[in-house]
Amino acid sequence: MPQEASLREAYGKTLVELGRKNPDIVVLDADLSRSTMTHLFAREFPERFFDCGIAEQNMVSIAAGLAASGKIPFASTFAVFVPGRCFDQLRMSIAQPGLNVKLVVTHGGITVGEDGTSHHSIADLSLICSLPGFTVIVPADAIEAAQAIRVAAASYGPFYIRLCRPKIPLVYTDDYRFSLGKAITMRQGRDATIIAIGVMVAAALEAADNLKQEGIDCCVLNMSTLKPIDEAAIIKAAADTGAIVTAEEHLEHGGLGSMVAQIVARHQPVPMEFVAIKDTYAKSGKAAELLQRYGLTAKDIEQAVHKVTRVKNSFT
Amino acid sequence: MPDSGDGLKANVNAAVEARSLSVKEMGAVAKRLRRHIISMTGKAGSGHPGGSLSAVEIVTTLYFGLLRHNPKDPRWSDRDRFILSKGHTAPLLYAALAECGYFPLEKLSTLRQLDSYLQGHTDRTVTPGVEMSAGSLGQGLSFAIGVALAGRLSSQEYRVYVLLGDGECDEGQVWEAAMAAAHFKLGNLVAIVDNNGQQIDGWNRDVMNLDPFNKKWQAFGWHVIEVDGHNLPQLIDAFNQAKLVKRQPAVIIAHTIKGKGVSFMENNPDFHGKAPTAAEVEIAMKELE
Repeated sequence: MPQEASLREAYGKTLVELGRKNPDIVVLDADLSRSTMTHLFAREFPERFFDCGIAEQNMVSIAAGLAASGKIPFASTFAVFVPGRCFDQLRMSIAQPGLNVKLVVTHGGITVGEDGTSHHSIADLSLICSLPGFTVIVPADAIEAAQAIRVAAASYGPFYIRLCRPKIPLVYTDDYRFSLGKAITMRQGRDATIIAIGVMVAAALEAADNLKQEGIDCCVLNMSTLKPIDEAAIIKAAADTGAIVTAEEHLEHGGLGSMVAQIVARHQPVPMEFVAIKDTYAKSGKAAELLQRYGLTAKDIEQAVHKVTRVKNSFT
Repeated sequence: MPDSGDGLKANVNAAVEARSLSVKEMGAVAKRLRRHIISMTGKAGSGHPGGSLSAVEIVTTLYFGLLRHNPKDPRWSDRDRFILSKGHTAPLLYAALAECGYFPLEKLSTLRQLDSYLQGHTDRTVTPGVEMSAGSLGQGLSFAIGVALAGRLSSQEYRVYVLLGDGECDEGQVWEAAMAAAHFKLGNLVAIVDNNGQQIDGWNRDVMNLDPFNKKWQAFGWHVIEVDGHNLPQLIDAFNQAKLVKRQPAVIIAHTIKGKGVSFMENNPDFHGKAPTAAEVEIAMKELE
């Protein structure tokens, strides 16, 4: 078993580190600071931490006002509440004016688990990517999360970074350097490409290893910058491997799969499959059980690869 | 108010001083703003004259008597901030900014035209002097809290003024913000409510009753001041009084008349979001001579 680590904890620790270096970093939360780990920052910098209570709309527009006055606000809550609960505030207070607000949300996707439907965030990426102005990042592990947060702090403009609740396997080592807007090639391969984000990157690697045993050679891309998406990497993957599978802990429409499909359809049409949540809400259960129930495992990716390669091979 | 004793006395002196200097001139400015609002919306053929006219004296007092600002350096970091939360009354703000010299008065006639930087609702990315992209109601007070918190953190002296509509206070976010501003003890924040009593569908009391309005703000922890929102000396006094409130936000509930200054627009909700026709512009301009 690979080593596991918490992305939320990486976030909290990175915030403290950033706060020590830059007095303009301020942090907001909506009564979830122990879950989002912003309490680590609050403990060290109480005067720069603003708990807004259970009022996400207010928090988002306050963050905008802070950014308009030269601060670098990080605002956090669960992914199901931002953007879902304050979409219009994100649109008018932050995205349209292009203000320097960093939304780092935790508890993305369905690996929230037992809390169930009300707390599963299955549409957040679709919502946030629909707003012109946001840079959207879905890190694949704790190391990439820390890197992405540093890059967001150093880059002007609105960011949305989606983290998950559980500890997940590390797919990188400490020497990894996140590069904004660039897909990361995790495995080279010629038969098909798996493009994954977040918790699905580790699953994609596992699937690629299993498929290798069967003689299917998969390229694996981590598309951690979901927006602006690395169009060139997608076109190249389509041209090089002739088949693409996307994998995301999100609804099938509006997220990674839709965005990749649009680029593939326009520039380099190839067979595609989509490993994602179908048009439904998930229920309570353990994270691993839910991933299995809603079709988000390495096995699901393997089946999808079999499907696309069959279609691809039927052309020749 | 913790320090009302000596403070209030100073307040009266300051108000007298400001009044003796400028009330008459401010009255003339107010009339010019009204004429701009009518001609701009008339030329554009759309826009929101009613709520622009009701807040003329409020905005005049701020820009021509109170705010420390620099039209040559709109983003001067120590400027007092005026945040227009009721973004549909952009014509009023544009008129005031042009009169201050943020941009040429001739630009006012481009309101709402393609490629004009005078957008239908305020847009901070294009118009010099505009602090916030507003128009989707209810966000300005929260935004103002962020600006006020930043000023306090940086030990900057600037004060933050935010203008809300009374109808806007139907929005739940306004009350989230009202709670937060008091919680954060923002003595550098002043909200003004243009209390003209009307919203698009009619009188507030029929559409969504806000009463008891002043008690709501009090209950949320605000220092409440009520004035006749068309009376310049009263407004000056109110703003000076608000300056003396420490560690608590202040709200000025300005009682106004929607469409103020133009007989057929006064208290007429039809002119919330409808421009005057050419004939109506002519009549209005005569009334505003």
